[in-house]
Amino acid sequence: MKLTVNGAVHEVESPPLTTLLAVLREELRITSPKAGCEQGGCGACTVLVAGEARRACLLPLAALDGAEVTTVEGLGTPEQLGRVQEAFLERYAAQCGYCTSGMMMAAEALLRSNPSPSRDEIQTALGGHVCRCTGYVKIIEAVEAAAGGAR
Amino acid sequence: MASEVLLPTSPDQAIAAFGDGAGVTVVGGGTILMPAITYGRLQPEKRLLLLDRSGLSGVTRGDGAVRIGAATPVSELEAGDEPLASVARTVADPEIRGQATVGGNVCATASAGVPRGDLQAPLLALGARVRSAGPQGQPSEPLEDFLASNRAGRLLLEIVYDDVERRAGHASVHRPHAHHYSILSTCATRSGGETRVAVAGAGPVAVRATSVEQALAAGEPAEIAAHKVLDDVDPSDDALASAWYRKRVLPTIVARALARLEKEDA
Repeated sequence: MKLTVNGAVHEVESPPLTTLLAVLREELRITSPKAGCEQGGCGACTVLVAGEARRACLLPLAALDGAEVTTVEGLGTPEQLGRVQEAFLERYAAQCGYCTSGMMMAAEALLRSNPSPSRDEIQTALGGHVCRCTGYVKIIEAVEAAAGGAR
Repeated sequence: MASEVLLPTSPDQAIAAFGDGAGVTVVGGGTILMPAITYGRLQPEKRLLLLDRSGLSGVTRGDGAVRIGAATPVSELEAGDEPLASVARTVADPEIRGQATVGGNVCATASAGVPRGDLQAPLLALGARVRSAGPQGQPSEPLEDFLASNRAGRLLLEIVYDDVERRAGHASVHRPHAHHYSILSTCATRSGGETRVAVAGAGPVAVRATSVEQALAAGEPAEIAAHKVLDDVDPSDDALASAWYRKRVLPTIVARALARLEKEDA
């Protein structure tokens, strides 16, 4: 099975019904996607698959042969953060950080398809993501800021 | 664990791989089944079919009908016909809707008593028929018959309804969280003078509210007819709501769906 993650092609060996989340974290040691509820309800494991935001905990490896996956590690580098990473940093949109990767991937997917989303559209796009620390306001403001930067 | 995991790349391959369905687990988008497999609550016996590349996805309109492939993502319904579009938009969140399939939703059984097939009610209200494959060939039958039957051994292929002018109304009680299915959902349609009413959340699968439909056909006012819904369902207690609550609320939301239908009619 071939899996392209953040532009690098990997030959993966996990059993076919292993979730993408487990493949990323345990076989490839890419740990930005978090294991939260592991049943699709919290959004912490969200990654991009072919550019679409998807829950890595719900995707079996068998359905992903040849797929292109993007995680937070693929959004930027420590020296050159991506627009969403930069905005989350500037706007204090992370506290404990557990939900942050998923939030950022959802925001990235939104901005790729809709470069100037309204506040309502941002709230809808992040609707499946749970944060237990910040109360969401700073996260939404960060996505607005990232969109502003993209304009 | 399944000895074989197959990814059919055409409907014919999917039908052949499904066979008589014995020991076969079918995964549409995986949003319901993958957590069960990951946690070991579900252990596929023999063969597991992933429908991602099966060609059973897509909505087509032609020859007076709308055809929805079983593996169509729920998100593809959001801009389509009412009341299906409105209900589709209440399912979980955009990411789940991009992955979850119509077929998975229609075939979803109740989990720990909680009904999960939110799309069943709008499809019943649209008068949908389903085509499935199995040992009996590929019968086409009304959705209500499919839902009422033992669906083991049948692979849902497509859902079809007439492409006609119709009015639609929808009302539901739900909490906006990915883990919550609708507590109650009611859909009504009217075309050619016939009103169809369906209810989800008041039993293991959605049902038509035929008593309401008959009362409306007999000329009863919508408010009065809506109360007949309690003759059609027997809700039970579950983690989302008690049977008592559902019985209290249901006539109100049926009336609300009918009022929206009338409003559209005006």
